Amino acid sequence: MSVLIYIEHAGGTFKKTTAEVLSYGAVLAEKMGTEAIGLLLGDTQEDISQLGKYGVKKIYQVKDAGLQQADNQSVTKVIADAIAQLKAEVVVFSNTITTKAIAPRLSAKLKAGLVAGAIAIPDVSNGFTVKKNVFSGKAFADVTINTDIKIITLNANAFTTIVGIGEAEIIPLTVTITASKIKVTGVQKIEDDISLADADIVVSGGRGLKGPENWALVEDLAKLLGAATACSRPVADAHWRPHHEHVGQTGVAIAPNLYIAIGISGAIQHLAGVNRSKVIVVINKDPEAPFFKAADYGIVGDAFEVMPKIIEAVRKLKN
Amino acid sequence: MKILVCISKTPDTTAKIAFTENNTAFSGDGVQWIINPYDEWYALVKAIELKEKDPTVTIHLVTVGLADADPIIRKALALGGDEAIRINVEKGDSYYTAVQLAEIAKSGYDLILTGKETIDYNNAAVGGMLAELLDAPYIALATSLQVDGSTLTLQREIEGGEETVEVTLPAVVSCQKGMAEARIPNMRGIMAARSKPLKVVEPIPATPLTQVAQYALPLVKAGVQLVSSENPEELVRILHEEAKII
Repeated sequence: MSVLIYIEHAGGTFKKTTAEVLSYGAVLAEKMGTEAIGLLLGDTQEDISQLGKYGVKKIYQVKDAGLQQADNQSVTKVIADAIAQLKAEVVVFSNTITTKAIAPRLSAKLKAGLVAGAIAIPDVSNGFTVKKNVFSGKAFADVTINTDIKIITLNANAFTTIVGIGEAEIIPLTVTITASKIKVTGVQKIEDDISLADADIVVSGGRGLKGPENWALVEDLAKLLGAATACSRPVADAHWRPHHEHVGQTGVAIAPNLYIAIGISGAIQHLAGVNRSKVIVVINKDPEAPFFKAADYGIVGDAFEVMPKIIEAVRKLKN
Repeated sequence: MKILVCISKTPDTTAKIAFTENNTAFSGDGVQWIINPYDEWYALVKAIELKEKDPTVTIHLVTVGLADADPIIRKALALGGDEAIRINVEKGDSYYTAVQLAEIAKSGYDLILTGKETIDYNNAAVGGMLAELLDAPYIALATSLQVDGSTLTLQREIEGGEETVEVTLPAVVSCQKGMAEARIPNMRGIMAARSKPLKVVEPIPATPLTQVAQYALPLVKAGVQLVSSENPEELVRILHEEAKII
């Protein structure tokens, strides 16, 4: 029996969510009195053994040229094969764009219950129950998994990384890889310094900023804070900012530790994408803006007067 | 080409969320129900666009739900689609729902479209499960789709960008923003929807893999702490010294 953690990597490098999911899996395994093991597909530039500091002492690595083109269908088969070989009882993924396609397939293939978007360590005192957000962040549900094999995807920023010491042993694993039915013919990368989905801090602008020429107010603050930048729907629709920056119901849903909204009124569709943020700061000149009801801190004031002072204060702080 | 569009009934985005039966069930009291926005705006409208380009395309809609889902499916038919199938059972967990949809989907559809997730349970799981049950390729989070004979060309979201992919039908595609522009049903569509076939079929036996033990509402926030616009530096001090977040 074991807790198997799927170690996702982006072109050979690890992300913050990798550390989070490894820590989560290690804590869960300890709670269940079992072993946490990692599964990594492909080659990485980064040293894999150093991932042992997150509490996972064995990482099984599948190296096969066939993995390069593997689609979610063939990756699902690979993981199912690994689960059988390693006798995993619980499988944990980070909840990412990639695993949104893999985890459900694996669930259906193995008839193993899935909780997508877990936000806490499962309660294993009586069965196996996992907390997640439902109704687009407006409520929580404790979901019980009834099957022998259990699958969890962990939301970004939901679990704090625990860094210990030690290295992981890398163990080669051989599995059968089937041909992919999906052919990738082109890739368009977004050149962002910090990815919106797993950023700790997000600085976001709305129509109140009046035009794309004023975005330095968002970008300067984001740069000083090491934050990702985002925007509201009207801003993306008006092409002031690229669509991938749009947070809200139809855009990206995020849960950073700090969300700073500048000139955004806070329509319910916007809140649906950001209401899981731990701390919300709202800067808006309209005291009636609905966003203030969901905020922890706020300033009722003109962004064009307030923001330069805030940026200067943060600059002083960071120096 | 035969397209199957999966439709889910969800509470309206602005609905007040409340629970009954000792917080074990969602309370539908006073809730306005809608077609799950991603199913409507992106999956269904994309199917309609494909039929407008190629009138030989057939569009069937399918939903898992009791008779109270009929108004939703009629509304979907008012936007477009040739006929609808309702699987006469309450939607269960994602797996139970996917098993029911797969039973319909395997009867000869080339393209199966879903929204990227439902706004009630936010699992984003039914599409992938359906693909696995059908042993079909799955293109998740697609932002555009073109058909050329039996080849689909799609854009889909990936970590840090988008990619272009090709796949041979049959395939399952989950749709998101970019796929199509939302439409409003017109009077002609609403009239036509009344006479379109809505077939009711009984579910096949299946066991859910998960169940909700308990719901909870988030703690109400203490209320916003306002800082004077005369002294915005104070906000930075609070975030640094008190909230310890920057």
